[in-house]
Amino acid sequence: MAHRFIPNTDADRATMLQTIGVASVNDLFADVPQDALYPKIRGVPHALSELDLMRELQALSARNAMVNERACFLGAGAYNHFIPATVPHLVLRSEFYTAYTPYQAEISQGTLQTIFEYQSMICALTGMDAANASHYDGATAAAEAAILALNQLPERNKVLVCPTLHPEYRATIRTYLAGHDIRVVGDEDLRATFEEMVDKHLDDKTACVIAANPDFLGRMRDLKPYAERVHAAGALFVVSVYPISLGLYQAPGEYGADIVVGEGQPLGNPLAFGGPYLGIFAAKDKFVRRMAGRLVGQTTDTKGRRGFTLTLQAREQHIRREKATSNICTNQALCALAACVYLSTLGKSGLRQVAELCYHKAHYAASKISRLPGLRVNMEQEFFNEFVVQCPRPVAEFNAALREQGIIGGYDLSREYPHLGDAMLIAVTEMNTREQIDAFVEALRQNAKVKTQKGRRKKEEVKSKRQRAKLRRQKPRDETRGMW
Amino acid sequence: MTIVANKPEPIIYELSSPGRKGAALPECDVPITQLPNHLIRDELKLPEVSEVDVVRHFTRLSQKNYCVDLGIYPLGSCTMKYNPKINEEAVKLPGFTSVHPYQSAEETQGALQLMYELQEMLGEICGLPGVTLQPAAGAQGELAGILIIHAYHKSHKDTKRKKMIVPDSAHGTNPATSSMSGYQVVQVRSDARGNVDLEALRKLADDETVGLMLTNPNTLGLFEENIRAVCQIIHDAGGLVYGDGANLNAIVGVARPGDLGIDVLHSNLHKTFSVPHGGGGPGAGAVMVRRDLAQFLPGPIVVKRGKRYKFAMPRKSIGRVKSFYGNFLALVRAYVYIRTMGRENLARIAEDSVINANYLLARLKEVYTAPFGNRICKHEFVLTGTPFVEKYGVHTLDIAKRIQDYGFYPPTIYFPLTVPECIMIEPTETESKQGLDEFADALLQIAEEARTNPQLLHDAPTTAPVTRLDDVKAARAPVLCYKD
Repeated sequence: MAHRFIPNTDADRATMLQTIGVASVNDLFADVPQDALYPKIRGVPHALSELDLMRELQALSARNAMVNERACFLGAGAYNHFIPATVPHLVLRSEFYTAYTPYQAEISQGTLQTIFEYQSMICALTGMDAANASHYDGATAAAEAAILALNQLPERNKVLVCPTLHPEYRATIRTYLAGHDIRVVGDEDLRATFEEMVDKHLDDKTACVIAANPDFLGRMRDLKPYAERVHAAGALFVVSVYPISLGLYQAPGEYGADIVVGEGQPLGNPLAFGGPYLGIFAAKDKFVRRMAGRLVGQTTDTKGRRGFTLTLQAREQHIRREKATSNICTNQALCALAACVYLSTLGKSGLRQVAELCYHKAHYAASKISRLPGLRVNMEQEFFNEFVVQCPRPVAEFNAALREQGIIGGYDLSREYPHLGDAMLIAVTEMNTREQIDAFVEALRQNAKVKTQKGRRKKEEVKSKRQRAKLRRQKPRDETRGMW
Repeated sequence: MTIVANKPEPIIYELSSPGRKGAALPECDVPITQLPNHLIRDELKLPEVSEVDVVRHFTRLSQKNYCVDLGIYPLGSCTMKYNPKINEEAVKLPGFTSVHPYQSAEETQGALQLMYELQEMLGEICGLPGVTLQPAAGAQGELAGILIIHAYHKSHKDTKRKKMIVPDSAHGTNPATSSMSGYQVVQVRSDARGNVDLEALRKLADDETVGLMLTNPNTLGLFEENIRAVCQIIHDAGGLVYGDGANLNAIVGVARPGDLGIDVLHSNLHKTFSVPHGGGGPGAGAVMVRRDLAQFLPGPIVVKRGKRYKFAMPRKSIGRVKSFYGNFLALVRAYVYIRTMGRENLARIAEDSVINANYLLARLKEVYTAPFGNRICKHEFVLTGTPFVEKYGVHTLDIAKRIQDYGFYPPTIYFPLTVPECIMIEPTETESKQGLDEFADALLQIAEEARTNPQLLHDAPTTAPVTRLDDVKAARAPVLCYKD
């Protein structure tokens, strides 16, 4: 009986078995231990028709609260951005998504040229000389950057990670290096300043320092002096970026980064519960031959026409095996294509506009929230579209209440950064309308008040009008100050 | 291919014209905040094109690609099977695309349930009940798997083990992963029948052996005839057997790796479970382990408590291998595929992939030399082009390029390295007998051309968008991004 994905009919099978010269299908599996053949697979349900299965999937997917039906202020490494219609339409051309890695270059020029264009745009954004065809995500790109640095400086065995590099990136770097005699340090003291951190750790054993800009708490900095300090110690400076911010801010290449990594999801890839995303990896020329992953280069064909091909493959696992720079094979090519179409569609002015919208809306939200009683925001700190709000009670309680009002609140920092207390990391993007922001601010006001009414009523009542005004004028205490 | 596809397509930057726009974004609806001028970039080199330009550019590029939706894609060890369309409809559901990874468990029960059920089904299909869906690709699954083995030995305070045994026919990712995990790679040779040489293995396995990385069927397309003995030797030496599930398609539903003695296995969901390859990725590399090893899995993984699903970190987890939980949309596709096939059709996948491979082998082996043609193969088989080199001066590369002129994607070539001038063919179960016959006829015709008119092969391809590309030039002075 033929299946819709398996075209051979019983008659076909019979003819083919005859050509093969065996009597039955069983003969094809004669070398498999016979007691292991045809196990009962009870845990897999029976086949479903397309209609029934789609119905089930619709019901299943409907049990998730959708960002597009709510106001989302959650970021922390994955961001809700506008995706132009060109992106899904072009990415879902089956010539792209049902193709393999472009090993046979002549009939894979489509994929190859799009990767070349992606590499070009990533170089433009980051100020680097070369970008690869992608890593799995921002975390693994950061881990690969650490490995590159360790390979580049083989006598060194230390990797410095800033405390405000995404916690999951720091964890991933540790996993990647677990089998080696490498020390990953720098984030033991989450409150440490850059100076304190490098004074303690930066030495001639340090292969690289990995920082984020904006950092996990949304803060933007001029990293030039820090890059200089790192270079003076002979280490590489790795910067993890939020690519949308690069529509507005200086490229890390301008302030001394050797390697730029980052989460490319915001460039045209949906949130999709965490993946597939896109690991951006770009570096200065001198590191190209140590880079992991696929690289597409421009060349010519036998008739002198321009063409594209996978190049410098001698770095890769299928050629160099145990001496390869990484074991990466499958990457996130289609997500890179989405980024390529996204950046082409938005172009020079569009990306800048998206970045500015994020900036202005986030600052509008931050400034309104900073005026709410009981909530604190440090407005003096430079930030892009994400900022920390100190809350009067646990963020989880706020978020549960916000959920009731159709709002997805910010990221609860209390687990990863306990010294910040009840702190919420709020992200605002071009997707948030003024109406949404105002409603969010209002909801925060309401929820901040609840506690005041229940728990602190008496205390509050004692305070005179003047006292309260004075309290409001006081500079908010900033728990993040100095922190790296 | 059409004439349009063969027209050179400019690089998107060459289509750029100052002032053109491809996207319309909303006006800023909040008050403007002063930008931090000292951090702002002055130049952003992105293209300026209209939406029409974008759509035509990428559509034209797509036409320069071969893809599964056009025809057989017989890349050995890559399992380029048909990618069902229902998969792509499922991943468009906003309940899957529009969900932030940090939303609470209450808001994401649908996604969690899907992941939980996929974990259960994969564990059941592979006979290894501990499952993590986090790894983004096969190579990352390997890394996770080897780190699990590392953690296992460490938990037994068995720290002197440093040797990972890898057969000479293994995928390049195996040795690359071993050294990435800090282990020394020791190669074990294959015997004349293409199996792991048992005597050689016995000599290598000792109390310094970490384990064995075994692909079964191996990259010659042969089932390891002594699979139980191989596993026994490693287990007796105190090591664990890592199964590279890249070739799971050959036995899915027919035999379970866990029943054969494998301790840890990854499965490339973009091979066996029909997730499209996307021009190189994204895929997914779920890892399945014996029950007692589940405590070491990378995570978080999904657990079920009563009727609720939530994330949990295994007790002695090796940590996370990437941010968030895995390539979720790839997981959705694999889930949909398994539910579509159902338990009753899983074995059909393996059976027909093996029938198709043996049928092609039977049709080709009179003309092409099959080094293991005396054995029944599994889902793929190898040929050697050596006689063509000796008789006609035609190399495997020439044959592969000529196949393009017949409108097919060529097989994997020059891999595995143990077979000189190797041609490695994997038709998969989704090809019909007619399709296989057309492909076989073309290969037989090409063999005839090699004899009568070898120049045709040397000049090939002539019908592709470009002729052969100068790889040496591409590598000598790499051009990795667009420069005007």
